[in-house]
Amino acid sequence: MLVLSVTFAIFLIVGGLLLYALIRYRHRPTDSEHEPAQIYGSNQIELSWTVIPILIVVMLFLSTTRVILRTEAIPKPDNTMDVTVIGHQFWWEYRYPKLGIVTANELHIPISDKASPKPTYLTMSSTDVSHSFWVPRLAGKMDVIPNRVNTMWMDPTEPGLYLGQCAQYCGTQHAKMLLRVYAQSPEDFEAWVKQQQKPAQHEFPGNPAATEGQTVFMHNACINCHTVSGSAATGRFGPDLSHLASRDTFASGAVKNTPENLRKWIDNPDSMKPGSLMPPMHLNEHDLNVITAYLTELH
Amino acid sequence: MATPVMEAIDQTQSPPQGPPRPNVIYAWLTTVDHKKIGLMYIAYALVFLLVGGVEAVLMRIQLAIPNNHFVSPQVFNQLFTMHGTTMVFFVGMPILFGFGNYLVPLMIGARDMAFPRLNAFSFWISAFAGLLLYFSYFGASGLYAAGSAPDVGWFAYAPLTAKVFSPGHSTDYWTLAVFLSGVGSIGTALNIVTTILCMRCKGMKMSRMPLLPWLYLVMASLVFVAVSPLTAAQIMLTLDRYIGSHFFDTQAGGSAVLWMHFFWIFGHPEVYVLVLPAFAFVNEIVPVFSRKAMFGYPAMVAASVSIGFISLSVWAHHMFTVGLGPVGNTFFVFATMVISVPTGIKIFNWLATIWGGKVIFATPMMFCVGFLFQFLIAGLTGIMLSAAPFDWQLGNSYFVVAHFHYVLVGSILFAIFGAFYYWYPKVTGRMMSETLGKWHFWLFIIGFHLTFDFMHVPGLLGMPRRIYTYEAGRGWESWNLIVSIGAIFQAAGILVFCYNMVRSYYRGKEAGHDPWDAWTLEWSTPSPPPAYNFAIEPTVNSRRPLWDLKHPEDPDSDYE
Repeated sequence: MLVLSVTFAIFLIVGGLLLYALIRYRHRPTDSEHEPAQIYGSNQIELSWTVIPILIVVMLFLSTTRVILRTEAIPKPDNTMDVTVIGHQFWWEYRYPKLGIVTANELHIPISDKASPKPTYLTMSSTDVSHSFWVPRLAGKMDVIPNRVNTMWMDPTEPGLYLGQCAQYCGTQHAKMLLRVYAQSPEDFEAWVKQQQKPAQHEFPGNPAATEGQTVFMHNACINCHTVSGSAATGRFGPDLSHLASRDTFASGAVKNTPENLRKWIDNPDSMKPGSLMPPMHLNEHDLNVITAYLTELH
Repeated sequence: MATPVMEAIDQTQSPPQGPPRPNVIYAWLTTVDHKKIGLMYIAYALVFLLVGGVEAVLMRIQLAIPNNHFVSPQVFNQLFTMHGTTMVFFVGMPILFGFGNYLVPLMIGARDMAFPRLNAFSFWISAFAGLLLYFSYFGASGLYAAGSAPDVGWFAYAPLTAKVFSPGHSTDYWTLAVFLSGVGSIGTALNIVTTILCMRCKGMKMSRMPLLPWLYLVMASLVFVAVSPLTAAQIMLTLDRYIGSHFFDTQAGGSAVLWMHFFWIFGHPEVYVLVLPAFAFVNEIVPVFSRKAMFGYPAMVAASVSIGFISLSVWAHHMFTVGLGPVGNTFFVFATMVISVPTGIKIFNWLATIWGGKVIFATPMMFCVGFLFQFLIAGLTGIMLSAAPFDWQLGNSYFVVAHFHYVLVGSILFAIFGAFYYWYPKVTGRMMSETLGKWHFWLFIIGFHLTFDFMHVPGLLGMPRRIYTYEAGRGWESWNLIVSIGAIFQAAGILVFCYNMVRSYYRGKEAGHDPWDAWTLEWSTPSPPPAYNFAIEPTVNSRRPLWDLKHPEDPDSDYE
């Protein structure tokens, strides 16, 4: 704020002087033929407009340093919610080491209040290229860089859905590497944690399509890239699907999670997110239908 | 204005007789004349300016409305990569080198650059680099689903450039083109430094040199320090891609941050490499059209030199979001804020030069006035962005895009346009049309402000750069539409400018030696100047030799 008001004040003063000089000293037809007085400079004036900006700079620098130290140099408290963020081309993986949860693209965190602060600490890295984690209303951005671990924290007090997106160009679908952060009341968050901690569902009584879909899924290349906890699917290249149906969106926030969209996505991801690294699986109509039925049951 | 110097030149001038027609092309291809090389630099940069401008317009069409399908993501990523690379390496650098080549020897009273053949070599290798980059559209096939032109962004962050993430050859075209352009730039920089240090005419001490050569001296020295690491990094990247070294290969323990350091130790001084010549043009134009000597010449020189030094220690302000830690961030905040002091001194001195003058609003001066206001704003958003916490929010957002276009377009390009209108009569012997010039100015400044003022807003609202599309409902739509409309005005302005250049060449008013009643040595030569520039080596006694000749009763030399 200080920076903003100082720069705005400078703009008004200098811009105003410039405008005044241009109008006041414009060439008029009534002017005499003589050249104006030639003035070559003045050391006093030069000195004054060197020293004053130096003072302003020192002031701005000190106030900026205070913010930097307050944000970056405070020790991590004990009562934090720890989340590991892993950037992928073009989606986000979230792991909660203390809670044993692995999920993708939709980050759930508890809100904090003064009485019982619960800041969220993010430990971030990337498996492929550089990304940047940016949810403007929650915190500043922090780059997510392969072979390097960065940390940041946020501490929301208002529950709600906060949107953001990858802020470092990371390849073809950089634009649709969106971020969704659900800041929840402690009770809601607790409920979400309970649900995510359950193992993935493997029995689908009364839903033969889903049961068949599970078989098709487990016998196709799906399992090379995706994990469904407690099954043969242990791939790490794509998002964990154990609780896919509990999410509002998929494809890193780019597509609403409905059975129709899901089916279209599995048929050909490029039609919704061109350049996505998931290949079209060339499944027949029947297999598409049953896999969709299976995935929509993974609550 | 019959002065002794000019009379001497007139008598020795032979009637114009170019080489016989079939040899004209041959003469241009083989020339080592600094003026012809300068003009070729400028012509080649103008062609690329149009190409890069078309790329910008295509991007603005794509972003004008949310969820647009005008171009595919692959094509969009190529467009912004090519736009950035083209504008910096194949428009900005060559156009400024072109003006430097043309003007520096004339302004210091020399007959050519110090190394004419190195000059030709540097130009042709830079020109080849530009063609090589664009040949990628035809030659770099074999990319998986990604067209052919480079699509890694103009700062090409590792490891996106690694073989595994950028298969095919498009990245190699980018690497080689930047490498070759770097070789050309270093050659020309060497030439400019040597020329200025060794080839000044009699009586022109460093302290009597016009400000333009001074600024080119600083700029060329910066090129050595800045372009060399970039050129080296291109070789390292190529080694990574082809013989399995691991400088930037994060999957084998390399460092992505190392590339950022290499790139930005080039990238930020590069901003000053581009903006110092723009200052140089303004330094020549503002005094002449205010009819006053430059206020505070020694302060201007000191400010320029200190900008040169400080600019070498600010690069990591491009990396405030990398997680350098509080100590690193604080240092670069300080260095970046400090550079605003000498920059401020320059603005104040221009203001003081105008103060008390008789300002003539001819087209070159109008562009300089545009420069002054826009550079002031660019500098102030720059101070905001020098505060690291600002970047945690706004880094890599459209706010930054708007800020650096305020510098590159609002400041540098405006100064370049001013320079075109100012020196065109010297180069061609004819004036550019003032009417068309005013049209160009107003169209361009309206377009500029529509585009780049409003571009700050989506950045503040969380829109990151380099996205090929966005969803409706995040408050970005109308701003982006206005930004795109501005692009149309700018394009119209550029077309008027091109038409003006061509038309004035054939139908412009005869200019004579010195149409602006100016004071530096180039205006003592005929327009266009003969191949040897000066029949007799001029002797100067002050910073404004032509003022001394025109006002023998009150020469500058009495005051310096």
